[in-house]
Amino acid sequence: MRLRHAIPLAGATALVSAAASAETITVATVNNNDMVIMQGLTDEFEKAHPDITLDWVVLEENVLRQRMTTDIATQGGQFDVMTIGTYEVPIWAERGWLTPLADLPDDYQVNDLLKPVRDGLSYDGTLYALPFYAESSMTYYNKALFEKAGIEMSDQPTWQEVSDWASRIHDPQNEVYGICLRGKPGWGENMAFVSTLVNTYGGRWFDMDWNPQLDSQAWQDAVSFYVDLLNNYGPPGASSNGFNENLALFSRGNCGMWVDATSAAGKLYNPDESQVADQLGFAPAPIAETPKGSHWLWSWALAIPATSDSKDAAETFITWATSQDYIELVGETKGWTSVPPGTRESTYENENYQQAAPFADFVLNAIREADPTDSTQEPAPYVGVQFVGIPEFQAIGTQVGQMIAAALTGDMSVEQALSSAQRSTERTMKRAGYPK
Amino acid sequence: MTTVKTGQVPLAHDSEMARATPRKASMIGVNSRKLWLTVLGWGVAILIFFPIFWMIVTSFKTEAEAIADPSLIFAPTLENYVEVQLRADYFKFAMNSVVVAFGSTLLALLLAIPAAYSMAFLPTKRTKGTLLWMLSTKMLPPVGVLVPIYLLFRDTGLLDTRTGLIIVYTLMNLPIVVWMLYTFFKDLPKDILEAGRMDGASTFQEVWYLLLPLTLPGIASTGLLSVILSWNEAFWSLNLTSSQAAPLTAYIASFSSPEGLFWAKLSAASTMAIAPILVFGWLTQKQMVRGLTFGAVK
Repeated sequence: MRLRHAIPLAGATALVSAAASAETITVATVNNNDMVIMQGLTDEFEKAHPDITLDWVVLEENVLRQRMTTDIATQGGQFDVMTIGTYEVPIWAERGWLTPLADLPDDYQVNDLLKPVRDGLSYDGTLYALPFYAESSMTYYNKALFEKAGIEMSDQPTWQEVSDWASRIHDPQNEVYGICLRGKPGWGENMAFVSTLVNTYGGRWFDMDWNPQLDSQAWQDAVSFYVDLLNNYGPPGASSNGFNENLALFSRGNCGMWVDATSAAGKLYNPDESQVADQLGFAPAPIAETPKGSHWLWSWALAIPATSDSKDAAETFITWATSQDYIELVGETKGWTSVPPGTRESTYENENYQQAAPFADFVLNAIREADPTDSTQEPAPYVGVQFVGIPEFQAIGTQVGQMIAAALTGDMSVEQALSSAQRSTERTMKRAGYPK
Repeated sequence: MTTVKTGQVPLAHDSEMARATPRKASMIGVNSRKLWLTVLGWGVAILIFFPIFWMIVTSFKTEAEAIADPSLIFAPTLENYVEVQLRADYFKFAMNSVVVAFGSTLLALLLAIPAAYSMAFLPTKRTKGTLLWMLSTKMLPPVGVLVPIYLLFRDTGLLDTRTGLIIVYTLMNLPIVVWMLYTFFKDLPKDILEAGRMDGASTFQEVWYLLLPLTLPGIASTGLLSVILSWNEAFWSLNLTSSQAAPLTAYIASFSSPEGLFWAKLSAASTMAIAPILVFGWLTQKQMVRGLTFGAVK
């Protein structure tokens, strides 16, 4: 009798002590769909690694960025895994805030990671974060509206063609707009798009001596074109439209074209989320003077802060969440259009993925062709296609973004906006001690 | 013989009429003013409540319906409530909110009652200045002191703890609590406390047996306001907590996303986050209005 009671008791005690001895790691991440899927697969990870428990902190991107920056800059040590982007990785790695990932296990197959993405997450040749998903930018178009207007999409559209097509599609009385583009101010919102437009118009943020170039002819031409295009053929209130707003407009069939992140392809192709799933066309991002820097490169990646007390457990988790096996797991359990795109060659070689995602080649090519180290026609001293890889850029980008949004709403002319942007950027750079 | 001319009766009647007409007119004027004020009152109330109403309505829509043209005709669904509960443990966040909001209010009242007592009944020439200085601390944007407080919390192990959040919320609400209590205490005639003192009451007894019972509506409404302010605070809760002590404001923040549709889920999370404080406010509204009026009609 006693023994019969003792056995379950011993089992329960063993279970409790195993749970108590499990190492808990705190993972900070953004609330994007791919990350929500990762959070949903917690049980799978914990089943495979019973000695590690995951604790999630999921926040909106801007809030998370502020939260993590405060923590890492003050060495707060609140997180074991942080979700950061290609902008933060080199800057934080240079300051010694991140754990280098030099000795990854062989079965992780680090060479399977797409090279531009791997390079974007490295500092001094060492990897400091593992890519969870990556994206570039491309042109989406509504085939039905193109057909109605008698337009055929070219293999490599130019911005002049796009403007012409937009004028032919634009029908505001029926809530059909020629083109939808980002207008909401912010370094990661309108300036991500505007920077690629300036690049392809032959412009750059800084010359080799770190002098701002916002009053150059290329900036004038690019921003004037952007303002005219959106005001003439864009949706009303374009200055408050970011990624989400344009995604909603395009998926409801209100936009003829939309140039934005490749990560939208899966959502637009999903008939549950999009009314234009069967009318969706893809093309590379348009170009103007040069193809250089015409489409961006961004990756959300998982990094381990140097302050983490559980570095080994954290590395186990991030290698699992960015592995080939994880991609297979998502494909099989959540569907192949839901797998995190843009990170591994093997994803694009997978037949299941190729069948489910006809946009796969565009995304792969766009990512392969994006070169953050050489994204401008004239030489530039910085790394980054749609951003400048210096800590001051968040403030500069957002401030310039506000001025360009003001030009879009007509509160100031393009000349005034760029002249103010030039002055404020000069002040910020001078205060930061450039040239360094 | 007094004869009454036929025309006199109507005259008398006319004078009565003449007296009644302005009264009636003024009654009509009062009624129409009352009607307008009622309409205005309802209009303002509806205007204030509309965003909350729309949030609750949106929480029962699908994500696609939430971003489509606004409509009140749709098939209600509970899928958002299921989804938000699957993604995060609501009760853990709610418990943190309850402990932190009530804990900080209790601590703030414990500190503010003696402070307000001394300022109201034993003022010095610096009292006014002190009160203004306390209020001036509310004028500093919180982000200005984020890094020093973060460093202090890191070194004292208070990051991501309820205790840390209670301390911050107490300090955040203390100026308002002291000011409100000071106003209520000032309304109380000093003679009552003096009478107590004449009867041999100590300072503690004076406060406990006279001051607190007489100003209870004021203290209650101050406490309620402090609870609501703490419940809704988002800046410190987002910056000083991560997984263990995060309250409902952090819970809501986890459902907003720059990529993909989230309005319906965010609405469901927000409805769940405000539900407890809404019920609490509804249950205690009589006390709150009494307390606020107590301070307003002095």
